[in-house]
Amino acid sequence: MKSGAPPEPVVRLQGVCQSYRAVAALQDITLDIPPGCVVGLIGPDGVGKSSLLSLVAGSRVIQRGSITVLGGDMADAAHRRRTCPRIAYMPQGLGKNLYPSLSVFDNVDFFGRLFGLDRQERDRRIGALLESTGLAPFADRRVANLSGGMKQKLGLCCALIHDPDLLILDEPTTGIDPLSRKQFWELIERIRANRGGMSVIVATAYMEEAARFDWLVALDRGRVLATGTPAELLARTGAADLDAAFIALLPAEASQGHEAVVRPAPLPVADGEPAIEAEHLTKRFGDFTAVDDVSFRIARGEIFGFLGSNGCGKTTTMKMLTGLLPASAGQVRLFGREVDPRDIQIRRRVGYMSQAFSLYSELTVRQNLELHARLFALPEAGIPARITEVAQQFDLIEQMDALPDELPLGIRQRLSLAVAMIHSPDILILDEPTSGVDPVARDNFWRILIELSRRDGVTIFVSTHFMNEAERCDRISLMHAGKVLVSDTPEAIVASRAAPTLEAAFIRYLEDAAGDTSRNATPAPLLVGASTHAAAGATRLLFDPRRMLAYTKRESVELLRDPIRATLATIGSLLLMFVIGYGINMDVEKLSFAVLDQDDTAISRDYALQLAGSRYFTEKAPLTGYADMDQRMERGEISLALEIPPGFARNLAHGRNVTVGAWIDGAMPTRAETVRGYVEGMHSTWLAQKAREAYGKAADQRDFQMEIRYRYNPDVRSLDAIAPAIIPMLLLMIPAMLAVLSVVREKELGSITNFYVTPVTRMEFLLGKQIPYVALGMLNFLLLTAFAVYGFQVPFTGSFTAFAAAAFLYVVIATSMGFFLSTFMRSQIAAIFATVLLTMIPASQYSGLIDPVSSLEGAGAFIGQIYPATYFVIISRGVFSKALGFHDLWGAFVPLLITVPVVIGLSVAFLRKQAR
Amino acid sequence: MRLANIFQLGVKELRVLLRNVMLLLLIAYSFSLQVYTASRAMPESLNRAPIAIVDEDRSAISDRIASAFYLPYFVEPKLISPSEMDSRMDEGLDTFALDIPPNFQRDLLAGRSPTIQLNIDATRMTQAFTGGGYVQSIVSGEVSEFLARHRAETQLPVGLDLRARFNPELNKRWFGAINELIGAITMLSVILTGAALIREREHGTIEHLLVMPVSAFEIMVGKLWSMGLVVLVAASFCLIVVVQGLLAVPIHGSMLLFLAAAALDIFAMTCLGMFLAIVAGSMPQFALLVMMVLIPLQLLSGGVTPRESMPEIIRIIMLAAPTTHFVMLSQAVLFRGAGVAVVWPQLVALLAIGVALFTFSLNRFRRFLG
Repeated sequence: MKSGAPPEPVVRLQGVCQSYRAVAALQDITLDIPPGCVVGLIGPDGVGKSSLLSLVAGSRVIQRGSITVLGGDMADAAHRRRTCPRIAYMPQGLGKNLYPSLSVFDNVDFFGRLFGLDRQERDRRIGALLESTGLAPFADRRVANLSGGMKQKLGLCCALIHDPDLLILDEPTTGIDPLSRKQFWELIERIRANRGGMSVIVATAYMEEAARFDWLVALDRGRVLATGTPAELLARTGAADLDAAFIALLPAEASQGHEAVVRPAPLPVADGEPAIEAEHLTKRFGDFTAVDDVSFRIARGEIFGFLGSNGCGKTTTMKMLTGLLPASAGQVRLFGREVDPRDIQIRRRVGYMSQAFSLYSELTVRQNLELHARLFALPEAGIPARITEVAQQFDLIEQMDALPDELPLGIRQRLSLAVAMIHSPDILILDEPTSGVDPVARDNFWRILIELSRRDGVTIFVSTHFMNEAERCDRISLMHAGKVLVSDTPEAIVASRAAPTLEAAFIRYLEDAAGDTSRNATPAPLLVGASTHAAAGATRLLFDPRRMLAYTKRESVELLRDPIRATLATIGSLLLMFVIGYGINMDVEKLSFAVLDQDDTAISRDYALQLAGSRYFTEKAPLTGYADMDQRMERGEISLALEIPPGFARNLAHGRNVTVGAWIDGAMPTRAETVRGYVEGMHSTWLAQKAREAYGKAADQRDFQMEIRYRYNPDVRSLDAIAPAIIPMLLLMIPAMLAVLSVVREKELGSITNFYVTPVTRMEFLLGKQIPYVALGMLNFLLLTAFAVYGFQVPFTGSFTAFAAAAFLYVVIATSMGFFLSTFMRSQIAAIFATVLLTMIPASQYSGLIDPVSSLEGAGAFIGQIYPATYFVIISRGVFSKALGFHDLWGAFVPLLITVPVVIGLSVAFLRKQAR
Repeated sequence: MRLANIFQLGVKELRVLLRNVMLLLLIAYSFSLQVYTASRAMPESLNRAPIAIVDEDRSAISDRIASAFYLPYFVEPKLISPSEMDSRMDEGLDTFALDIPPNFQRDLLAGRSPTIQLNIDATRMTQAFTGGGYVQSIVSGEVSEFLARHRAETQLPVGLDLRARFNPELNKRWFGAINELIGAITMLSVILTGAALIREREHGTIEHLLVMPVSAFEIMVGKLWSMGLVVLVAASFCLIVVVQGLLAVPIHGSMLLFLAAAALDIFAMTCLGMFLAIVAGSMPQFALLVMMVLIPLQLLSGGVTPRESMPEIIRIIMLAAPTTHFVMLSQAVLFRGAGVAVVWPQLVALLAIGVALFTFSLNRFRRFLG
């Protein structure tokens, strides 16, 4: 920091308060952050660091107070739009804002496009960034297959692509190995050296990192504890290092009970069988060997540290130890028993904590603990006491009724640990348990581990990136690229490399093992900010096709990378059309009937034959009586029963009135109606025939003739009527479903933040996402139409151009409806459900597929009148069967043309550009 | 112990569901308003059929014919000119157009057997068939009455006494309401269970369950009973309050038997949901698969169009779908008053389908996680 008049602060907070439900995250924060330096935000978990950073980045709505960033008010949408190209924000969590199905390159490229960089500029910057972060060799790897640390590096690349003036990093190095961490900060330094004005705000849990920052803000419980340079803080507290200084700064009750962790006494030499034993353990994924011939033996009660660069196979090894992943080769034995995924008993003795948070975010802290306690079959009476005990141990008492999503990463990690230990296991397998946990909590946690190990003889297998934690282990293993480099006590490892610290020894091991990585770490060509202004100019546009196309491209790549989805959407709909087209058949045939013939004469048999001989009816065994009739109708065996009364022929001959009885199964009214029609027709035909026989030709003379013309479908083929109406149904549901999930998925998995903090406008976001789905919808349309014409042989008589134009409007509406729904949905389950409910049902019931809209009643009729499928059904039937074109169908085009802007407008209006 | 696990895992599912307010609203909607609206909207087989008359005769008989069409079967006929007829039918305004030729009455009385033309929009199959018959018999009736005093009776004295059993008025709403209920059961059972499973995988929570002393069987059964219970409770509410109460559908059969069968159907459907989730793997794929499955289930299980009219092959394929059996069963139980002795084959089929899907899912469970 230079002397002289204090420069204009880059960020100024005044009276900022923020709370989630009843929990206050920030309380009246007033703070000026100086520009052009690296500012560290330090403090225990859950003090509001992340909230503060997301507010500064503009990704969250400010509840109270004012925040000025880069000279403007962040509550002002126009200012946010202007400044967001100058801000980069990397949220907390391992690659939460990245797209797992995209490759490394595609991810960075996407961000470059969002900020309006042209192709040349993008390629240059991406090359430089990937080179300097060591990700270049993995440019084509999918993010889903990256390790946690690599994701963090990629997140940084994405944040830096647009050369920001203000870089906001929320715990960027959490879960990253020391070598990568070193490279990471070197990278930031180089960028800053090149762009003098850049300000960086970092939240971190590593105090050794914080010690190198220019200026620090210590936060506690939503308030600012102290600010100043690291030296000033050290001087103020008289502490030797920042860890101690921070603890000294805390109010008495927070630091109470904290004492430095002592290295445990050496483990007495244990005999007997080892607790964990791995022999030549190997895991291959395809042709990639994640774990290569790893062996170790861990004694009971030992604390075994597992260190290694990111992506070296630590997590895979741990999963094999728990039986979650089967080994490709080699063996694991726990307490001498081979690990078998089906062995329930062994699981009781193991506690496992995975790297990513994997508890139920819908259950409260207490409910999560209870669930696990019960699943481990702890005695019911002891559960409340046990839960209180672990809650105290891990300092969770205050959060017992909170939902995990409301809690900061550190507290969630503590909860995961508490859950892993709830059943007092004999072996604890912990995958980076302290990533993101603050120093005080970490020390407490290690005290518990040491106590468990030494007092209760619990074997602990723990992976970590903190060197001070590694030093507390009895033995550590260094792993790199699937192989164990060295396995020994920490002292021996330091000595073997004659290094000053374990960290230095570790880095040397890694550098030796991966010669090429160290070469990559040489300064790569640096980013030049020359063209930034051109890019910034472009981003000020209200609508920039480039940003829109960024989303289009990303969505398309995702779609192409998921061929099953695209196939289901196209081939699947053909299949559906086939099934429904053949299945919905209005021609009722082969109805079963039986006769109760009490006359049993030639005449009565002739009457029954009239029915039996038609293709509509199939005669079943004659009825023996009323009881038989009741029974068989009840069973649904016959849908029609005829009763011919005794004396039928005799009475007929004498011209006396006789009545034939017909009972129809009315349980299914559509079928009953058809049966009724057939029977009546048959009856009168029979009468006419008998009359002709009785009275001769005179009776043949009808009063009048009725000429029936079945128009548009002269053969009255069901398929000709149904197929054109199925196309609208399928063309609505599938594009709508794809669209709704494309947004809700981003919300559920976290990448929606990119929309919040980049210059993308709501319109660009929606239209950009819409384009690939409209294209897919049109492809679908062509396939379905072709199938109807060539597969079903439905004659196509009208204007194809008119049909295609209507289909285009309709698919746009279908996808927009999906987006509109997505603005209300948070979870994918609810989104799927709502889409089925709001597309399938109206499209199949209220849009004229089976019953014409004009014949519906009540709310259904209203829905039918405003539902776009209704009008597309009219157009579809018009062009297929009625030989119509634009001119005749404009009446049905108007509602579609009106719907397009309405639905898109509503989606844009309801879409939020900030989180709440 | 195992039972305790299954219980705990189910309670967990219920708690998770309780947090999802939107989902709860949707469940409530689909079992109340949705069923009610759809059933009310459902037309009688011939309801408000749009008809137009081109009256080129303008005689007593043509007036008589025009006034014979009235609600609820037909909307009041529009009297149109011959030139309007084609365009109105093209626009889909009328399903029927009746053309009474000039001098119809004169020819009729003279016994020259004149011809009336009836145009039917055959793209509307439902109305085309039944409506065509109605129009014919209405016109014949009017003509015979008109001619009654002029002609001697030459008809044979054979009457046809047609009666519909179980639903004498052939009220489509009765079965329509049940059909909607079945649709809601199908949709919810499949989506709730399947999506819950995929969600656990996407959030990594299922991995956590698998390191605990909990078997895949317990995890699956935990989901089945909890989601099944939700659907069963909602369905019972719907049957009693909405179908019997608000819609006043008379139920002849045993409600208990129907609900027991519903429980079996829900079992089979939740198994189907789980099966689809395991086949799909990711949420978007699951969503599409659900569409692929729900639509045929909705349209081809015999609730919307009768099974008799489906091609043989589809009828056989649809026997693998639980809904087909459940539709048959509910028609029998609720309207024909059938008992277990009649519907046991359906009950067995539901159970068998459920068990088969469950077994398959269980075998594939581990691969699904990997």
